[in-house]
Amino acid sequence: MTRLNALRAFVLVLLLAFAGLAAAQANLEINTPAIAALQRSMQERHAQLQPLYASGAVGLTRDGNVALRDANAVPLAQRAQVNALVAAENQDRAALYREIARANGKPEWESDIRATFAQRWIDKAQPGWYYQNASGAWVRK
Amino acid sequence: MTGTAGWRIAGVTLACVLAGCVTINIYFPAAAAERAADRIIDEVWQLKPDAVKPKTDKPAATP
Repeated sequence: MTRLNALRAFVLVLLLAFAGLAAAQANLEINTPAIAALQRSMQERHAQLQPLYASGAVGLTRDGNVALRDANAVPLAQRAQVNALVAAENQDRAALYREIARANGKPEWESDIRATFAQRWIDKAQPGWYYQNASGAWVRK
Repeated sequence: MTGTAGWRIAGVTLACVLAGCVTINIYFPAAAAERAADRIIDEVWQLKPDAVKPKTDKPAATP
């Protein structure tokens, strides 16, 4: 009898656990004007960044940024422009991670959001693009 | 004896699950963040077929 009760308690606990899990799976808020503006800005910049990813000049870093990986892949005359492009992209990315954390009322999530994005940028990168592995070495996808 | 052991197991399980719930609520919702990241990256990199638009707006970048 007590054993049956224990089993019941166990099942109840499991049900509660799944209910809690389902609640934790709600979506993050990303529909804010600030996030939409950053998204647009990055989307426009991507037209210029795409050939740089493809040539290996620019790669995806393990911390959710982009970096000039191979300066020699960029003609000298365009290097300053590429550096500016990389800096602007990283600025938008930092703002994006911060804004998502803020939009969800959890500024302390910023570094976790950055880490999540770092992984997903790399997962979604096209074959041939370069990314940094966990130890910081550049790897061609 | 077995009944006591059963309750003990249930108690320990409850403690673990509660700890898990607290962990989930206080710490980071990784799956939700991943979905949010995917939605944004698909948009920025134009990875979804319906998101691909004809090249109408070109950013004036070259100084």
